[in-house]
This record gives sequence, C-alpha cells and structure tokens, in this order.
Amino acid sequence: MTPTPDLSARIGSLSLRNPVMVASGTFGYGPEYAELVDLERLGAIVVKGICLEPTRGNPPPRTVETPSGLINAIGLPGPGLEGFVREYLPFLRSVPTPVIVNIWGRTVEEYGEVAARLDATDGVHALEINVSCPNIREGSHAFGVRLDSFRRVVETVRARASKPIIPKLAPNVSDIAAFARAAEECGADAISLINSVPAMAVDIETRRPKLANVIGGLTGPAIHPIAVKLVWEAAGAVRIPTIAMGGIVSPADAIEFLIVGAAAVAVGTATFVEPRTAHAVVDGIREYLVRHGLRSVAELTGSLRTGRDPCGG
Amino acid sequence: MRLENSTVIEQFADQGDYRRLVLHAPAIAPEVRPGQFVHMRLPAPADAILRRPFSVFRTHADMLEILYKPLGRGTRAMQRLSRGDAVGLLGPLGNGFPMPSPVTVPALVAGGYGMAALYLLARAVRRAGIVFVGGATASDILCVPEFKALGWEVRIATEDGSLGVRGLVTAPLDAWLAADLGDRRPELFACGPNPMLRAVGDRAIAGGWRAWLSVDRSMGCGVGACLTCVQKVRDPAAPDGWTWARVCREGPVFECRDIVWEDGE
Repeated sequence: MTPTPDLSARIGSLSLRNPVMVASGTFGYGPEYAELVDLERLGAIVVKGICLEPTRGNPPPRTVETPSGLINAIGLPGPGLEGFVREYLPFLRSVPTPVIVNIWGRTVEEYGEVAARLDATDGVHALEINVSCPNIREGSHAFGVRLDSFRRVVETVRARASKPIIPKLAPNVSDIAAFARAAEECGADAISLINSVPAMAVDIETRRPKLANVIGGLTGPAIHPIAVKLVWEAAGAVRIPTIAMGGIVSPADAIEFLIVGAAAVAVGTATFVEPRTAHAVVDGIREYLVRHGLRSVAELTGSLRTGRDPCGG
Repeated sequence: MRLENSTVIEQFADQGDYRRLVLHAPAIAPEVRPGQFVHMRLPAPADAILRRPFSVFRTHADMLEILYKPLGRGTRAMQRLSRGDAVGLLGPLGNGFPMPSPVTVPALVAGGYGMAALYLLARAVRRAGIVFVGGATASDILCVPEFKALGWEVRIATEDGSLGVRGLVTAPLDAWLAADLGDRRPELFACGPNPMLRAVGDRAIAGGWRAWLSVDRSMGCGVGACLTCVQKVRDPAAPDGWTWARVCREGPVFECRDIVWEDGE
C-alpha cells in the first residue's frame, strides 16, 4: 500500500497541515465563507489587508470581469486594526487553522505599528506585508516596486515583529529576483507572489473607465502563466520558502507553482466562483503525489526539469 | 446558503426576448424566501469566470424558476441550456423582503423583469394587494397572469403606451396613492432600475410610509467577501453619516430611508 504523502508545509516557525491557503482579499476575514468551506481543511487563512484605522475603500464600480480574469480596485476597505481584533479575531481564534494577517500602511511607520500590535496579539500566526496593492495611491504602490522603499518596509516590520513575516511581491518590477533576495536579506521568513497585475478596462461606448478608480489589479486565470514565470525566478533566488498565487483554478495550476519552486500556494479569485476550490486543490495535490510516487510536497517543490539556471544564465 | 449542482428541467421563451429557466434544486429551492437570489455558475463562455446573480421568480417543491433576458455574454450563453444540463447554484443569498405589516396595504412596484423578484412575496402574503408594473413596451410587462391568479390587482404603465397608461410606473402609483388609498396605509415593495427605486422611496418618505427597495449592483462572490456590490447606506456612527453595505449580504433589500443615492441615480 502506498503511504499517505506528507502534505505539510513550513513557513518560518509556522507549520501548515497542507500547502494550500486562501489568498488575502478573496476570503474576507474568515466568517464569510464559513458556511460553505471547511476552514479546518485549509492550510492557512490569509485575511484581507489590515491597516491602523478603519478605511472605506473606493467607490463602485470596484471590479470588472475581463476574459479569464477580474480587475479589481476595491481600495482596501477594512475595519482597521482594533476593529479586526474586536470583530473578527474571536471567530478566527475558534478555528484550528493558522491565521496570516495581511498588513499595509500609508507610511513605513504605519507598517511598523500595525506589525508590532499584531505581533503582540494572540490568534495571529504570521504577517503578510502588502507592499504592492495597485489600488492604494498614498505611497503603498511605490513601496513594492522600488527596492529601497521595499527594503525599508521589510526591515521595519522585521524589527517590530517576531512572528513570521511574508512580504508579498509586486509582479510589475524589472527584476523579481532582486526583490526576493532583498526580502531574504531583510529577515523575511518567506515571500509570497504575485500580487495582482496593474490593469485597466474601458467602456468603448461611453469612453469611460470601467472602474471608478480608473486602474486596478488583474487576477484570475489570465495571470497564471505570468505568475508561474515570476515564481520560478523569485523562488530560485532565495532559500526562504515561496508562497505562490495567481490564477489557481485547478490542482494542476497549484502543482505547476510547486514544481517551479513554491513551498505553498494560495487560491484567490477562484474561491469567488467555486468556494471549495482550495479543498479540491489539496485533494488534487495528494492524488498527484501518490500517482508520481512522491512522499511529500517538499519533494515536488523546485523539481522543475530544465538545464537552465532559474535567473536566465 | 448552500452549493448545489442543479439540473435544468426546462427552458422556454416568455414574451419578447424574455426567457424562463426551471431548475431542479432540491437543496436550495425549499429554502428561498421572497426577495432572495441565487448565484449561478454559467456553463459558457469559459472565459466568463464569475457567477451571475438572479432573483428567484418562484419555487415549487424542489423546483426553482428564473426569469431573465439575454443581455450580456453570460445570459446569451444561458439560452442554450436545455433539459438535463448541469448548473452550479449558490444560494439562497441575501436578506429578502420583510413580510408586510398586517395593518398596511401591500403595494408592489416593478420595472421590467423586476416583477420576477416580487412574485414570491405576493404569494407569501396572505391577503391580496396591488401591483404596479412599468416597462418600455407591452412585451416588457411580465408575469401579469401569475399575479392576477393570486387575486392581486395589476396596474400597468408603458413608456410607448402600448399597454396600460402611457408613462412611467410612478404614474399609476401616484394616481392610486392620491385617489384610491383612502385612509389606509400602504407599504411599498419595489424592484427595478435605480431611478424607479429612488422615485418610490421619495414617495414613501413624503407620505410617511415604509418602502422596501431591492437594489441591483454588479456582483462578485455573492457571499460578502469580495466587496464588489457595495451600496452607500446611512450610518449615524460612521464619518459623514454613511457607510458601504454589501448588497449580497446586508441587501439586496433596503428600507428607502437607509439608502444614500448618488447624483444621477
């Protein structure tokens, strides 16, 4: 009999029962999908971005469907740090699944403050640093696409938090490997990528942008091959684990990410369509490992068969 | 709220371009309350990835019926569904309409296929009320026999005058409110385009009555996670007195006094 493969994954000091998370911004704060999704079967829950104060986000229209994709300009509305701790954390603490809180700020100091306070909060297991949301204009976009500001954010969060920290990388940079290395050098426990791809759509009859915010971030199957390439480059440049996201719909999409170097993956937009996609992806990864005689997810991570150096050498 | 793989029992043309889709949905159909909706996974086109929300027109035991008009890529593809085809459903979703107070006269106001969202309410109310329905032309006036079969009076307006009075649905509504109501109190329930909802709400506020408006906004997940379908609502505790409500969770039905309309709506 084939032994059951080891599906566990490690992100810094954090152990996950399986390598499949739900991506920030696509799963609310946990209770939204509790009636439909077995939260105990998720590798981790990554909640929607939290900053210090409550925020309203952008006016509608906030999303537009495009071929095989979804452009969003939600604008990071949220209850703020205290609202999150008061309204959502009691529920999340009752779920035996690690909680990764996505954090953002308008200044480097705000990132540090949010990180310090969540670091001291029970029920929060790791912090994902959102330096790359294309919908925040007050500086956040710049943090993720310029190496110097990216380093300052990651260093500041590292200095204020002892829990695992996971910078989330922007796809729209000229050298993703440089950002991955900078994250590692600044003490990150893992990297996650990709954030949404800056995008835009226009109603040709009215000649108006389809989003109130004019521009947004593209997610969904349309960006998957872009993400696979960037994950391959980033994961190949660092020793810390990579969490891959971008257009996962099926187990095959997730397995592709693992093969090119990801230690874990996150399902995003697909949850909006089929809430139980993450469960199907876990089942599909297990079946794949058995079929290929692999004993663990770790054996699959970075097993791409190519003679080429990941960074193009 | 459930996920269900429903199957098509039948699909047929209603008047004009409108169509009716009858689904076998034994898990969801018995749970639907008036004003709730289902989120449907379309079989095609494959690159249209999101679900599409539909008001439930009516239910009968394990069956659930949707009335729709092919307008976009998704609903045009829906026309090809036929008996036995599988359709993924998520629902029932949303808060739905409250039941009318026993001391009011229930008055339903519909624009176009907004009628479909009001039928279950009329069926659930134990006394007959009155329905006002408006549309561009006669073929947009739907479900009239179904409402009449429940004993409800139906008053019609069309913009081209091809059926009922010429004009907007507010014309027969205003006439009724002014002349026929007497000392009874109406309670309004409306589904249709935003300007119509706003006009109904304005009348309720002026008259001191309740109006329950079913709001239609572009929707993503349907369960409150994606924050696409937001509607500005009054919230005295929030800055400037308003906040965003999620139409899929806190709505789609709002009392007219809670809604903050934008200019041009």
